[in-house]
Amino acid sequence: MAPRVVDAAARESYGRLLALLSARSDDLADAEDALGEALLRALRRWPAEGVPASPEGWLLVTARRALVDGYRRRTVSQRAIEGLAAEAREGAWDERDAFPDERLRLLCLCAHPAVDPGTRTPLMLATVFGLEAERIAGLFLVSPAAMAGRLVRAKARLRELGIVPETPRPDELRPRLDAVLETIYAAYGAHWDTAFSEGVEPFAGPSLVGLARGVAAMLPDEPEALGLLALLLSCEARSPARRTPLGEFVPLDEQDPALWNRAALVESEAALRRAAALGRPGRFQWEAAIGSAHIERMVGRRTGGGGWAEVVALYEALVLVSPTIGALVGRAVARMEAGDAARGLAELDALPPERVATYGPYWAARSEATRRLGRTEDAVAAADRAIGLATDPAVRQWLQLRRSGLRAVAEGG
Amino acid sequence: MKTMMLIYEGPDGFADRANERAQEYWGAWSAYTEALAAAGIVVEGAVLQTPESSTTVRVSGSDRSVQDGPFLEAKEGLGGYIVLDVPDLETAIEWAARAPQTPGGGIELRPLLEMSSAA
Repeated sequence: MAPRVVDAAARESYGRLLALLSARSDDLADAEDALGEALLRALRRWPAEGVPASPEGWLLVTARRALVDGYRRRTVSQRAIEGLAAEAREGAWDERDAFPDERLRLLCLCAHPAVDPGTRTPLMLATVFGLEAERIAGLFLVSPAAMAGRLVRAKARLRELGIVPETPRPDELRPRLDAVLETIYAAYGAHWDTAFSEGVEPFAGPSLVGLARGVAAMLPDEPEALGLLALLLSCEARSPARRTPLGEFVPLDEQDPALWNRAALVESEAALRRAAALGRPGRFQWEAAIGSAHIERMVGRRTGGGGWAEVVALYEALVLVSPTIGALVGRAVARMEAGDAARGLAELDALPPERVATYGPYWAARSEATRRLGRTEDAVAAADRAIGLATDPAVRQWLQLRRSGLRAVAEGG
Repeated sequence: MKTMMLIYEGPDGFADRANERAQEYWGAWSAYTEALAAAGIVVEGAVLQTPESSTTVRVSGSDRSVQDGPFLEAKEGLGGYIVLDVPDLETAIEWAARAPQTPGGGIELRPLLEMSSAA
């Protein structure tokens, strides 16, 4: 676990940490040595002591101390040493140092009210992650020409209004918080859907987690920022178990908890606890809590319908503040899993047809609910529709396997 | 707007019509076309036989040739078409993304040229 976190931190943050370290010293080689030393220490100490809450911050402080030690051993101006030593001593470390300042600046720019809400996430992907219009178009299933046009217009509008990327102060970030969190969330959703596509390098989930972390660090009294962080960490943690080595789809209940990233789960729980302590629930906190309840259900001591009852209760809270189609279907599934398939199906029936006509998970849920109620032919028909709407070949294949099973039952009589 | 979905199979796509993956192949396409029909957007469509079954006729001036095989020789081949009537290109793109494509294949969306009576 720990070596993987070190590796991920190294890959994701190396350039940035190096830039920060070499800002004071003229010698890039010294900074590289110091960073290498810090990474080695991380590999030795984190398995025993646990992964720190912010691996980047830890690496930065450790590397700075190594740099100071290195300079002490050589003849360097006393003032330079004192400056470095002062920085290394500064409490723990300044979150802003370890945090990708440039990325946060750009993110806030993209969440500016002048940018059309539907263009915020594409703009962030373009500016923060350097994705090309064509690749972004693929993520959102629009024509590249249309996407390029939207990005150009958004940038032109910002330029017109004289808005430039600048590091926001907390009081500047607060009014834009909803937009910022939604932007990160939508980007993660796009990443989640395409994480296993062949030939397309996904922009990293950890990078989006890093952005969420930075926002939460900048506004530690905003529970929804912590909620989003907890949610993304929870999703990242479960990511390694989503596919078999052969690329087959693995539904949550069949995932092997041993494959989950424990460090991410621990950090997720901690963020959720801090959020809960602030006493202002919200959509992202509820979603994170649902994720947490699933994990508790699967590895905790609660078995049978008990764990699902909690998931139902959390979904009830979620749909009150955020009645998205995903949440409504999720609640119906949880209801069914908690033992009341009839009520679950009734909840599915109550959804407006135009909202679910092309929503695959609705049909998969419907198939399962009708199956449990013995309505096998309805189950087959719903399974067919779910298959017809699937975009992910791994999911489609899994659905087809289940449908074969259903058909066998239907034909067997 | 009417748009034609030209469905291109990848190099192994046609083989899946008749090998051990055949049931999965036809099952997926059947489910997909049903979903399209349920959405009320299908004008017409057809599955085509494999490219080897094509005959290509070329006339240039007084040169005439008739050849066995498709117009374009490629690893990928046209496997079928569906004409959709959709509100916009985005809707067509979303549906194209749902089609059970084979690796190396793809779907080309070509808007129909609507002929209006001469002004």
